[in-house]
Amino acid sequence: MQDRYFGDYGGQFVPELLMPPLLELERAVKEILPSPEFQQEFKDMLRDCVGRPSAMTHCPNLSRDTGVDLWLKREDLNHTGAHKINNTLGQALLTRRMGKKTLLTETGAGMNGVATATAAAMLDLDCVVYMGAKDVERQSVNVRRMEILGARVVPVTSGTQTLKDAINEALRYWIATQKTTHYCFGTAAGPHPFPYLVREFQAVVGREARQQFLDRNGRLPHIVCACVGGGSNAIGAFHAFIPDGSVRLVGVEAAGTGEPGCYNSAPLNLGTDGVLHGMKTRLLQTPEGQILPSHSISAGLDYPGVGPEHSHLQAIHRAEYACINDEQALSAFLTLSRREGIIPALESAHAVAWILENAAALQGQSVLVNLSGRGDKDMDIVEEALRDPAFAHLAATLGGDA
Amino acid sequence: MTSPMTLRIREANKAGKTALIPFLPAGFPSRDRFWDELEQLDRAGAAVIEIGMPFSDPVADGPVVAKASLECLADNVNLEWILSELKARKGTFRAALLLMGYLNPVLQYGLERFAHDAGQAGISGLILADLPYEESASIKAALKSHHISLVPLVGLNTSPERMALYADGADGFAYFVSVLGTTGQRDTLPEQIREKLAQARDIFDIPIALGFGLRHPDQLRELDGLCHAAVFGSALITHICNGGTSEEFMKPWL
Ligand SMILES: Cc1ncc(COP(=O)(O)O)c(C=O)c1O
Repeated sequence: MQDRYFGDYGGQFVPELLMPPLLELERAVKEILPSPEFQQEFKDMLRDCVGRPSAMTHCPNLSRDTGVDLWLKREDLNHTGAHKINNTLGQALLTRRMGKKTLLTETGAGMNGVATATAAAMLDLDCVVYMGAKDVERQSVNVRRMEILGARVVPVTSGTQTLKDAINEALRYWIATQKTTHYCFGTAAGPHPFPYLVREFQAVVGREARQQFLDRNGRLPHIVCACVGGGSNAIGAFHAFIPDGSVRLVGVEAAGTGEPGCYNSAPLNLGTDGVLHGMKTRLLQTPEGQILPSHSISAGLDYPGVGPEHSHLQAIHRAEYACINDEQALSAFLTLSRREGIIPALESAHAVAWILENAAALQGQSVLVNLSGRGDKDMDIVEEALRDPAFAHLAATLGGDA
Repeated sequence: MTSPMTLRIREANKAGKTALIPFLPAGFPSRDRFWDELEQLDRAGAAVIEIGMPFSDPVADGPVVAKASLECLADNVNLEWILSELKARKGTFRAALLLMGYLNPVLQYGLERFAHDAGQAGISGLILADLPYEESASIKAALKSHHISLVPLVGLNTSPERMALYADGADGFAYFVSVLGTTGQRDTLPEQIREKLAQARDIFDIPIALGFGLRHPDQLRELDGLCHAAVFGSALITHICNGGTSEEFMKPWL
């Protein structure tokens, strides 16, 4: 019983019609996942197709600029450009072994959709992706990628038209198609066993990074830092470090425009306990339990909930969770591009921004940031944001004078 | 103590009829008109009336119910309003009253407080669409002391073993979901439904209501003897959206 929960958080709050496929998945996770054949197949694919181990990069210029010894775990160098592929390949392999033929998923920024479509193409599975109509618009390049990879992208026009409602629609679709379809949940959230399953597939990030850091520096970093939307890249980076009590784990949520009220995506900082999408966790909600719309410049962080393991790590004070707003993220996006030649995803830029904003307090410390993805997908958003008068001071830094 | 929901359903069955369980979201089609529709449903002979508690993320609902519920939310319908208005009308309905919704608003209202206030408002049953057996113990306990039944939902993919879990200590009635899908009207019911309903009737010793996808009174004849009650929501909502009244809607079903 207890393993459906991380402390007080987690569980399986879904319609009874979804319990049979969840129980089937639980069985598969227990029986297939630990088998040596599965583990070997997964490892080989991560090496041959994803390009693992991903590099760990030192940032000499930013380290000099800030006085913080900055290292990046380069999930942006993965095939398809983000950490999401680790999980989708794992779940696609599991799907094939479960004898199902369709991968269903939801996507915000589109990276999980692209990664799922890619895994489906590789393993000869059909792929259906639910995506909020607003996100379809702001991440059009990724929609085209998914379609070229053979996926069917279904725009979701209900509710907030972003990730939250894409998950609602995907869950509805799964009720009807469960016999032949596996729901390849894209982040370490949702009903048990997804938070556990996704974390297991993403834990490779932290395992590699921990070893790489030890090899290069002969010790562990002071801080491991990652952005938190649903929480998969962060839990992947954190997991191997949880027993290392000396290492500070810092998750960075999106504060959106920074306005008070609902215009943020920071449930760990600004939310309360509740139940959504099959899990008990921290949520942005009204006192009456209605889920609030969220906002972030980065579609991948734009979610009013968070994976239950993060709620637990926060409750037991093993990890801390900070907030970075749109402007700070945009500024870090430009700074990392300029100073190190790495254009990060806007999601990852939130984690980098936390270091830049807190550099004064972090002097001399070493920080490992999980650079969860690359920024190609965000070009349109950044260009448009820089036309906004509110960001004129950032736009002014462009044009070769920096 | 036998649940008023069971009594009403058995009454209809004794009169040779399938009991009727209409569903409307609280505050639909408007906050004022809702109470009038509720009275009409009651007068027209509903055995149980299912009152929806609107939620922002109704994953078990199809487009018709979801849209109606979101409209009610936009009109500031909340649990406090629903329960206090019901309390003011306590004892005026012949039909047993059931609340249907999702867990989070109930959690935020407070489990004990909810059970107490719902009891005071004359509610005899609760359906939470996102509460499977595994998560139900504490809520069941809170409701029990106020004589409110947690109505189990089962479906075509529910194994006899799981049905037995739900049947243990269940009262009121069991809700059999007719399709692997969300609420909404469908032209035909799935083939396996006869066999599965027979299984459910063996396992539960409370009445079985069939719901999701009913759109036409003829479907009741098809199901005659297979279930004790029929739930309909989307068809009624659509009828009201098209300018009809609940009373008119109920006539051909009786
Ligand atoms: C590059 C990148 N990082 C982070 C995220 C947020 O997801 P998570 O919080 O599960 O890591 C996304 C989601 O789309 C993403 O594309």
